[in-house]
Amino acid sequence: MTATVRGSYLFYRRPGLLTLLLLAPPILWIGIVYIGALLALLLQSFYSLDDFSGVIVREFTLKTYGELFERSNIEIIGRTVTMAAAVTVTSAVIAFPISYFAARYARGSTKAMFYLAVMMPLWSSYLVKVYAWKLILAKEGIITWIAGELHLAWALDALLSTPVIGGPSLSISYIGTYLVFVYIWLPYMILPVQAALERVPGNLIEAAADLGATPKQTFRTVILPLALPGVVAGSIFTFSLTLGDYIIPQIVGNSRAFIGQAVYTLQGNAGNIPLAAAFTVVPMLIMGLYLAMAKRLGAFDAL
Amino acid sequence: MTTAVSLQQVSRHFGPVRAVDNVTLDIAEGEFFALLGPSGSGKTTCLRLIAGFDQPTSGHIEIFGETAEGLPPYKRNVNTVFQDYALFPHMTVAQNVAYGLMIKGLARTEREPKAEAALAMVKLSGFGSRRPSQLSGGQRPRVALARALVNQPKVLLLDEPLGALDLKLREQMQEELKALQKQLGISFVFVTHDQGEALSMADRVAIFNEGRIVQAGTPADVYERPRSRFVADFVGSSNVMSPGFSAAHGGPNAWTSLRPEKISVLKATQAPGTGLGSADGPVIAMHYQGAVTRIVIMAGDTRLTAAIAAGAAHFAEGETARLVWSKDSLVAMESP
Repeated sequence: MTATVRGSYLFYRRPGLLTLLLLAPPILWIGIVYIGALLALLLQSFYSLDDFSGVIVREFTLKTYGELFERSNIEIIGRTVTMAAAVTVTSAVIAFPISYFAARYARGSTKAMFYLAVMMPLWSSYLVKVYAWKLILAKEGIITWIAGELHLAWALDALLSTPVIGGPSLSISYIGTYLVFVYIWLPYMILPVQAALERVPGNLIEAAADLGATPKQTFRTVILPLALPGVVAGSIFTFSLTLGDYIIPQIVGNSRAFIGQAVYTLQGNAGNIPLAAAFTVVPMLIMGLYLAMAKRLGAFDAL
Repeated sequence: MTTAVSLQQVSRHFGPVRAVDNVTLDIAEGEFFALLGPSGSGKTTCLRLIAGFDQPTSGHIEIFGETAEGLPPYKRNVNTVFQDYALFPHMTVAQNVAYGLMIKGLARTEREPKAEAALAMVKLSGFGSRRPSQLSGGQRPRVALARALVNQPKVLLLDEPLGALDLKLREQMQEELKALQKQLGISFVFVTHDQGEALSMADRVAIFNEGRIVQAGTPADVYERPRSRFVADFVGSSNVMSPGFSAAHGGPNAWTSLRPEKISVLKATQAPGTGLGSADGPVIAMHYQGAVTRIVIMAGDTRLTAAIAAGAAHFAEGETARLVWSKDSLVAMESP
């Protein structure tokens, strides 16, 4: 008997060995490159920056986390979380009917068109899309022009003069940042919601109607609860992507920083790696809390 | 007797396919009515028309005298036990059963005892807090049944509810379903492709083929007096004789059905006896089936099968056997 034959028998007799062998590279990759890096980051957040020398003091301290609670930093966190929440809720509201149509009614080529329409924006460069939006939203842009043609310039001006969210133009306001965030992340909400709705068997909807539920009641008691894991999955994408993004608010928006921009500046010019690390822990904590809450509310009961 | 469900010249066409084709049917209050037919014969579509999941292309449906076509399912006083039960996976068993009551707006304190009583009726007391995924195959149809019955429908529609069960469990559920129907006194409309199930449970049976009802009547009626070759073959098994063969062997000059168990088998040397029909031929197969043995002979070019008690006679293949039957057992049919 040759060695190769004996080798293949070995895997036949001990299938666990083969599984282990196949899993080892990805486990090592995730373990070292991903979790390892995260742990290193966590470690950094417990160091501090010496204010005078600008040198990182490698001693355990909670001082850096304390700095997060300085007023300007709390504002950055509050701003980012509010934006992420608004973007997530809007994405869910827009995505649900689209996903519902695609999952329940679209067949054949209509369905192919749906996938194409949702996926195509993901194929082009993120930067190109954001800069395109900057032009669309600019004072000289198409939206201002259309509003003028429709004699609705006053409405646009009223919107832009809203305190906090307004600004000199759409491209230099939170409204603009928000619109671009929603546009960019929407597919990440549509796809999981559509997948969840796709898995709701048609006969459950018939059963609800058979037991006396009107379409509205069926939606509330059967379709929505079963689609909720999909909405939660989608919101994890939209929420965490918005929490961490630093390019969109840089290009479209006013000069007030989001978490991503703060991290970018702190680890770059300022050289304050500990505070940057502490900042990145914030989204992780928020996501953890969010998932715990979703689980508590029964969002994953149907899984 | 009050008519519970009435279908008048009901058709449902899907493009060129006539899934249900000009069906007229009356189901009485308190009747156990079976819709029997092979798959694709239109029996399930018929049920869906009664439930309201589908609308007829033409014709008229009444449920307790009320026009049903155009009425959505949630406005009809019928409930359905689905083929794969359609239990809500995100609810407990108790929540599933109480669903209809919750929709009606009953308070939790009112619906919980009712749901528990319905679960007790199907012998699932104490299972209320489980999830459907934690139930065995035999428990799921019971939950579906309780969920439908808790609404006190006047008509219960059952779409092959026992199709997924193994034989023993199926027989047990058949008995329980029949007993439950008698106890409640409501109409059951039961779709099945299993002729044994239909015969043993139903008060009346409608046999479907290609979207039409080919024969309807009591189980004894359709079994003893099949009107066509399709019914003779589909309900039990049968020897179908051509008019020529039948007339030549003491039967009527028509397509004729003869049930295998009405035939006795003799050795070729034994006299058939007076007043009896008979045919001789070589044995081409013996099928041992436990309680009975089926003996197949070729009488000329007509194939005849007799079912006799196991061990009652033995033949070698090729040996000539004489099949004997009473002329009363021959049933003339209207069409081949």
